[in-house]
Amino acid sequence: MWIYEKKLQYPVKVSKCDPYMAKLLLEQYGGADGELAAALRYLNQRYTIPDKVIGLLTDIGTEEFAHLEMIATMVYKLTKDATPEQLRAAGLGDHYANHDKALFYQNASGVPWTATYIQAKGDPIADLYEDIAAEEKARATYQWLIDMTDDVDLQDGLKFLREREVIHSLRFREAVEILKESHGVKKVF
Amino acid sequence: MNEYIAHAGAADQLRVWHPFVSPLDPCPPIAEKTFIIPPNVTMPWQPPGLPQFSPYEALKLGTLWPAYYSPYETTPK
Repeated sequence: MWIYEKKLQYPVKVSKCDPYMAKLLLEQYGGADGELAAALRYLNQRYTIPDKVIGLLTDIGTEEFAHLEMIATMVYKLTKDATPEQLRAAGLGDHYANHDKALFYQNASGVPWTATYIQAKGDPIADLYEDIAAEEKARATYQWLIDMTDDVDLQDGLKFLREREVIHSLRFREAVEILKESHGVKKVF
Repeated sequence: MNEYIAHAGAADQLRVWHPFVSPLDPCPPIAEKTFIIPPNVTMPWQPPGLPQFSPYEALKLGTLWPAYYSPYETTPK
């Protein structure tokens, strides 16, 4: 089970009225390398991974949901006060036709989220290597999103999320080292 | 027909709510949002003997009964 804290992991501030940026941010909401895919991937892989790294997948999977909330907040702030005409001008006319201003798990191009974005191979190395790749892809996505806005306050939140991807990748790499069982063991070659 | 439409007009099907507005919102706020409770929700079982539109009006409006007529006009939201 989970304990919920009714606040964001890191403050989200959006200072530039830019509904188009909301469309781009959806890539990290319901995209292949987005936070939803990350959370579900890790929390599902937990069950069949060696005991030593279950806790890591639980913690990181949980944090990904906190990141999902931050992205949702950014998207909501950027779209909640837009008129249908403004949404259309921002390239969100097709989104409005289907969803009004509701958020939906889809990527920046409007492709709905699918479970085929994630894998569970059952092999610990295969799964952890996928997780490492997912973190690096998410880090890259955040970089491209930071490139797409000049709102320094929005960039601040995105830079925090990008750094978390760096650290998550590091922890998954450490998990691989733990499974290799060479960590902390003196070996003479 | 006009009195029926006025009677079953958008006003009594419209609900208004006021989402949280932050002083830090990036865009000029829309303080008031609306949604519609269509008559099939308020009268989910049609009573017999309801007043009727004329056949011509009913064909145009999509229902025979003013009580189930739900007009829709674009509202800012």
